Amino acid sequence: MIENVDLTLVNWSRAQFALTAMYHWLFVPLTLGLSFILAIMETIYVRTGNEEWKRLTRFWMTLFGINFAIGIATGIILEFEFGTNWSNYSWFVGDIFGAPLAVEGILAFFLESTFVAVMFFGWNKVSKKFHLTSTWLVAIGASLSALWILVANAWMQNPVGMIFNPETARNEMVSFWAVLFNPVAVDKFLHTISSGFLLGSMFVLGISSWFLLRKREELMARRSILIAGVFGLLSSLMVAYTGDASARTISKMQPVKFASMEALFEGKSNAGLVAVGILKDTDKKIGERVVKEFVFKIEIPGLLSVLTGGDKDAYVQGITDHVLGNEKRGIMSVPEKMQKGQFAKDVLMDYKRARMINDKEQLESIKGIFRDKEFHDKYFRYFGYSSIDKPEDVIPNVPVSFYSFHLMVILGFFFIMIFATALYFLFKGSLSDNRWFLWIPLLSIPLPYIASELGWILTEMGRQPWIIQDLMPVSAAVSQINSGSVITTFILFAVLFTALLISEISIMVKQVKTGPGH
Amino acid sequence: MTTMILHLFLQHYWWIIVSLLGSLLVFLMFVQGGQSMIYSLPKNDLQKTMIVNAMGRKWEFTFTTLVTFGGAFFASFPLFYATSFGGAYWVWIAILFSFTIHAIAYEFRSKPDNVFGQKTFDVFLFLNGSLGPFLIGVAVATFFTGSQFSLNRMNQVQWATAWYGLEALLNIRNLALGFAVLFLARINGLLYIINTIDDEDLIKKSGKKLILNSIPFLLFFLFFVISLLFSKGFAADPETGIVTVEKFKYLHNFIQMPLVLIIFLTGVVGVLYGIGISVLRNSEKGIWFSGAGTVLAVFSLFLVAGFNGTSFYPSSYDLQSSLTIRNASSSLFTLKTMMYVSFIIPFVIAYIWYAWKAINNTKITENEMKSDGHVY
Repeated sequence: MIENVDLTLVNWSRAQFALTAMYHWLFVPLTLGLSFILAIMETIYVRTGNEEWKRLTRFWMTLFGINFAIGIATGIILEFEFGTNWSNYSWFVGDIFGAPLAVEGILAFFLESTFVAVMFFGWNKVSKKFHLTSTWLVAIGASLSALWILVANAWMQNPVGMIFNPETARNEMVSFWAVLFNPVAVDKFLHTISSGFLLGSMFVLGISSWFLLRKREELMARRSILIAGVFGLLSSLMVAYTGDASARTISKMQPVKFASMEALFEGKSNAGLVAVGILKDTDKKIGERVVKEFVFKIEIPGLLSVLTGGDKDAYVQGITDHVLGNEKRGIMSVPEKMQKGQFAKDVLMDYKRARMINDKEQLESIKGIFRDKEFHDKYFRYFGYSSIDKPEDVIPNVPVSFYSFHLMVILGFFFIMIFATALYFLFKGSLSDNRWFLWIPLLSIPLPYIASELGWILTEMGRQPWIIQDLMPVSAAVSQINSGSVITTFILFAVLFTALLISEISIMVKQVKTGPGH
Repeated sequence: MTTMILHLFLQHYWWIIVSLLGSLLVFLMFVQGGQSMIYSLPKNDLQKTMIVNAMGRKWEFTFTTLVTFGGAFFASFPLFYATSFGGAYWVWIAILFSFTIHAIAYEFRSKPDNVFGQKTFDVFLFLNGSLGPFLIGVAVATFFTGSQFSLNRMNQVQWATAWYGLEALLNIRNLALGFAVLFLARINGLLYIINTIDDEDLIKKSGKKLILNSIPFLLFFLFFVISLLFSKGFAADPETGIVTVEKFKYLHNFIQMPLVLIIFLTGVVGVLYGIGISVLRNSEKGIWFSGAGTVLAVFSLFLVAGFNGTSFYPSSYDLQSSLTIRNASSSLFTLKTMMYVSFIIPFVIAYIWYAWKAINNTKITENEMKSDGHVY
C-alpha cells in the first residue's frame, strides 16, 4: 500500500487529530447532558407556569450557548480532518464511514441547528409549547449527532457489514443494519451519551453548590440540584452498567486491547480483577517490547474470569497469547496472521496486475475470491497484518491503556457517590448545613471531563497500531503531504483552541458569578 | 446491466443532492457577506450590533450546511473527499480555520470577560466573512480549471506541487470565481439586512452599498462565465472512462443540457431582479429573488461540472486520475441506502422553513434585541 512510511508525518497527523478530538470532546458532553437538563427544567416551567423555573432554565441556557458554539467550531475541523490528514483511510472506508456522517448531517445537525435558534431567540416569538418542543428537539438532535459518529467509530473498532472490492481497492458496505447495530456501536453509544448526561449533571450540581456556598440564589440552586442529582445518579448508574457491557464486548472483539487495559501479559484462569495497581518494567520481553508487572495492586480474586467468561475457571487471554499464539486455546499468533494478511495482499496485487493487462478471466476469478466468505474470514480479515513489521507491533501502549481505564472506572464510582450523597442531603433538608460536602461537587466539576477524555484515550490508543482493527494500520492511512504542513497546522490549531478554551472558561465563570439576574 | 443503470442513476441523484447542498451553502453565505461589512456599513455601534445579530441568528444554518455538504461528499463521492481534502490541504485548512473562528465569534464577542475583547472577535467575523466565501469560490473553481494530483492503483492521492492547493490562487479564473462568490455573498447579505432590520438609515446605506457590490460581482462573474464557456473542458468517455481535453466542453454541456441552461439563466435573472427591485423600487423582498437565483445559478454550475460525461474534479497533472461521478462514487448499495435517508430532506426543509419564519416574523430593532435576552 504505502511503501515508505514517514513516521514524522504519521505522528504529527495523529497528534493533530488527537488534539482536535480532545478539545472537541471538552465541549460535546456538556452539550449532550445540559440539553436534556434544560429540556426537563423547561418542561416543569411549562407544566407549572412558575416563572422561577423559566429563570433558571434561561440561566443554564446561557451557559449552554457559550459551550455549544465552541463544540460546533471544533467539530467541523474533526470531520474534515478525516480527509485532510487521513485521505487513504477516507477512501479505504469512505463507502461505509461516509454514510453515517451524511445521515448525521441530514438527520441530526439540522435538527440541532434549526431548533437551537428557536431555543435562544424564540422566547417571545413562539408559543410556550413550540419553544419547549424546540428545546427537546435540540437535546434529541445532539444525541442523534453522537449516535452516527459513534457508529462510524465503532466500525473502526469492529469492522462488519462489508466486503472488499479489489477493483476500487476499498471496503464496500453490504449491510447497513450490521453497521448500525454493530455490538460495539450499541455499547459505545449508550456509554458515551450517558457519560455526557453525567458530565452535564456534575456541571449543574457543582455550580449550584457554589451558589449555596455563597448563599446566593438558593431556591434556584436547590431546584437545579434536584434535577441534576436525579438525572446524574441515573446517568452514572447507566455509565457503570454500559461500561461493564462495553468492556465485555471489547474482550471479545478486541482481545489485545482488553488484555492491555487489564495489563494482563500472561493469560490465565481464575484471573483477578485489579481495582488499583502500579506497573513497572520487568526483564522479560515480547520481541522488543518490555513486559510489565505490578509493583502494587489491589485485586479481587477470580472476578475478571467471572466477568468475562461467566465463571472463575474461565480463561482470560493475555497479550502473549495473542502475539505468540496459544494453540491449546485456539489463539492464532501474529506471525500467522501476517502470513494470511500477506496472502490477501498478494491476491490483490494479482488483481492489479491482471487489470494492467486487462486479463478479464483472471479479473473475474479474483473478484470471486474476494466475494467468498471463507477467503474473507480466513485471509482478508487479517489484511492489515501485511503492513506490520514485527509481531510485537500489535501491542498498544499498556500503561496508557491500563491507567486510563482504571482511573476512569474509579472516577465513575466516585460520581455515583457524589450524586447519591447530594440527593440524600437535599431530601433530608440539610444540604446547606453540610458546607464541607458542597465543596466536593464544586471541585469535582473537572473530573467527569477527565474521565471522559480518558475513555477516548483508551478507545483510540488501545486500538493502536490499527486505525481499523486488523485491516489497516495508522501508518497506511495517512495523507501524503509534507510533515512541515501538518506541524504548522498543529501549532495553529493548538494556539487557537487553547485561546478559545481560555476565553470560554473566563466567560463561563463571569456568567456564573453574575447569576441568573431578574 | 440493470444494476449498472441503477448505479448510474444514483450517482446522478447524489450529484444533484450534493449540488443542491453546495448551492444552498452559497446562498446561506449571506451571513459571511454581512460579516465582511461590519466595519464599512454601520455608522454606529447600534447598527453594527443589529447587523451582527441579524447574521448571528442564521450562522448555524450556514455552518450546518457546510458540514453536511462535506459529509454528503464523503458519503457519496468518497474519492473526491480523499483526493481534494488530502491533497489541496492548505486551501481546505484555511477554509476550516476561518469557519472555526466564526462560530465562536458570535457567542463570545459581547460577553463580559471574553479575554480577547470584542474587537478581536469582530476581526474574526470580518476574516471569516471575507475569506470564507472567497476561498470556497476558489476551491469550487478548480472543478472547472483542474488541480495537480495523481492517484496510484490503490486510489491514493499524491499532490504534485509543494503548495498543496495554494497554487489554485495563481489561476486568474479561480480568483474570478472566488471574488464573484464573495461579492455575491455581500449582495445577499445587504439584501438580507434590508429585509430583516428596521432601521431607515441602515437600509438606505445598504441600498447604496448594493450598487457598489453589484458592479464587481458582475465583472468577476461575467469574466468567469465567459472564460468557462470558451475554455477547454475535461470530458470523460462514458464507455471507457478515459478523460480527454475537449474544446468548449462546458458550452457544449449547456447546449446539450438545455434544462440546465434554463436553470442557470433563471438563476442569473433572479439575482439581477433581486438587486434591481431593491435599488429601483426600495423593495424588501430582493433577498428572496436573489437567494433563489443564487441557488439556481450555482446548482446549474455544479450540474455542468459533473453531468454529461464531464470530470468534476479534473487533474491537469495526470488526466487519467481525474474524478468523475462514476469513478469517485460510493457503491450501489451505499448510494441506495442513503437515497432512502435522503427522502427525509423535504421534511427537514419544511421544519427549517417553519422555524425560520417563526424567528423572522419580527424585525430586528434595538428593543427587539433587548427583549429577546440573547444578544450577540
